[in-house]
Amino acid sequence: MELFLHQVLAGLATGGIYACMALAVVMIYQAIDHLNFAQGEMAMFSTFIAWQLIQWGFPYWLAFGATIVISFAAGVLIERVVLRPIHDAPVLSHVVAFIALLSIFNSGAGFLWDWTIKNFASPFGAGPFLGQNLINKHDAGMIAVTILLLVFLYLFFRHTRIGLAMRAAAANPESARLAGIRVGWMTALGWGMAAAIGSVAGMLIAPVVFLEPNMMLSILLYGFAGAVVGGLTSPGGAVLGGFAVGVIENLAGTYIPVVGREMKLSIALCIIVAVLCVKPSGLFGRPVVTRV
Amino acid sequence: MSNLLEARELNAFYGSIQVLFGLGLEVEDGGITTLLGANGAGKTTTLRSLSGMCHTNGEIRFDGKSIGGRATEDIVRLGIAHVPQGRGTFSRQTVEENLQIGAMTRWGRAEIAADIERVYGYFPRLKERRTQQAGTLSGGEQQMLAVGRAMMLRPRLMLLDEPSFGLAPLVVEELFGILRTLNKNEKVSMLLVEQNAALALDLADHAYLIETGRLVMDGPAQKLRDDENIRKAYLGY
Repeated sequence: MELFLHQVLAGLATGGIYACMALAVVMIYQAIDHLNFAQGEMAMFSTFIAWQLIQWGFPYWLAFGATIVISFAAGVLIERVVLRPIHDAPVLSHVVAFIALLSIFNSGAGFLWDWTIKNFASPFGAGPFLGQNLINKHDAGMIAVTILLLVFLYLFFRHTRIGLAMRAAAANPESARLAGIRVGWMTALGWGMAAAIGSVAGMLIAPVVFLEPNMMLSILLYGFAGAVVGGLTSPGGAVLGGFAVGVIENLAGTYIPVVGREMKLSIALCIIVAVLCVKPSGLFGRPVVTRV
Repeated sequence: MSNLLEARELNAFYGSIQVLFGLGLEVEDGGITTLLGANGAGKTTTLRSLSGMCHTNGEIRFDGKSIGGRATEDIVRLGIAHVPQGRGTFSRQTVEENLQIGAMTRWGRAEIAADIERVYGYFPRLKERRTQQAGTLSGGEQQMLAVGRAMMLRPRLMLLDEPSFGLAPLVVEELFGILRTLNKNEKVSMLLVEQNAALALDLADHAYLIETGRLVMDGPAQKLRDDENIRKAYLGY
């Protein structure tokens, strides 16, 4: 029983990170109808920035805050410079742009900070949380920060004017434009927020997976799985999906002998395929109907 | 009275296909002008051109300022509220959120709240449904919400694209009554596009007739109503 509880809690901790990545993916998907494959690499790059700031002697939480701000600005900039000019272009152009971003950030990080694995300190420390063996301090901290972030985002989208404007722009761009909302800037804002959320996820997971240019590859895959489970059209669903994927992955790794540690990643792919076969719009998403 | 909106030699294109040919039309300040025509004549395109949603050339002036070629968001901010065909409802948002979206260009929490109450004054049924998802409203209620959302902009000119479309006759009568009141009380000028010519000519004081992208007739609404050809072709008696 204790093993089970332990695995569920650990699953929720990593699930929170998947939830953040899923949310970042869904936010951009809602705004531009495409999946941003570079989301993970952007988060990885942000984490390197945080690492660099800490190396320069910044206190952890100052570096944490500064990285969020820098990532937000970079996200806005990427939308304005790279995506804006091709916003009318077909899907393939977007895919190519995303792949370009992915490899630029990946190689850029390798070039700037080399490919060796780096330690990224946890601000919460290691050791068991509250003297219990159920969950360690860093996992508990991850869950807490994720929940804080999600509550903040919920309040932002529900109760601020700019949050409402962003929802309007994503739901019905043409109508939003007729209400005077600058839809293009709302999209850029969405990119900034997605980049900032990704940076939080990266900084939280880095002490677990170690910092290196390919660290977010599997995380993003789990994030995609979470987004697909919850439904790409539902931010709340994506968050729940992320948590669910984290727990499922951990339990399967523990209790299904063939899966073990090595096969964990294929769980994400199995989940994606299974959901797409059974309920393509996800558990909470709206089915998409197109007139042809 | 002066003209609030003027279009001269207005051409509009979808890709390389031209759909409007040298349109010239005027909307009098404080008046209601209607644009009549059959399906596919270019009525919706005319409205879309005026609010910057089509590729156009020619001259469009609003309140003396040239607005041709400007971005939709900027045109809207000058005080032109476009109530689009199909109502443009934000269906997952609540009725009240829809109205708040309409006021997105404005500042002042208290003023906006007062304006929402004012819209509820004109459309009491929206007040009953204020927390309901807008997509669950009936067609008539959604059309009223669309007009209400447009009012939240405090517009000087309202572009209405077939507000009667798909509504029961009684609902249409109620809606057009409210449009008349809004025009009088709130001093909102209107450019109304309609297939229901009898209805439109009743409300409007000036009318244009458009056929395959060209204006073929214009004059006081009364004159068009009495015109024998119009009566046969568009009024059906």
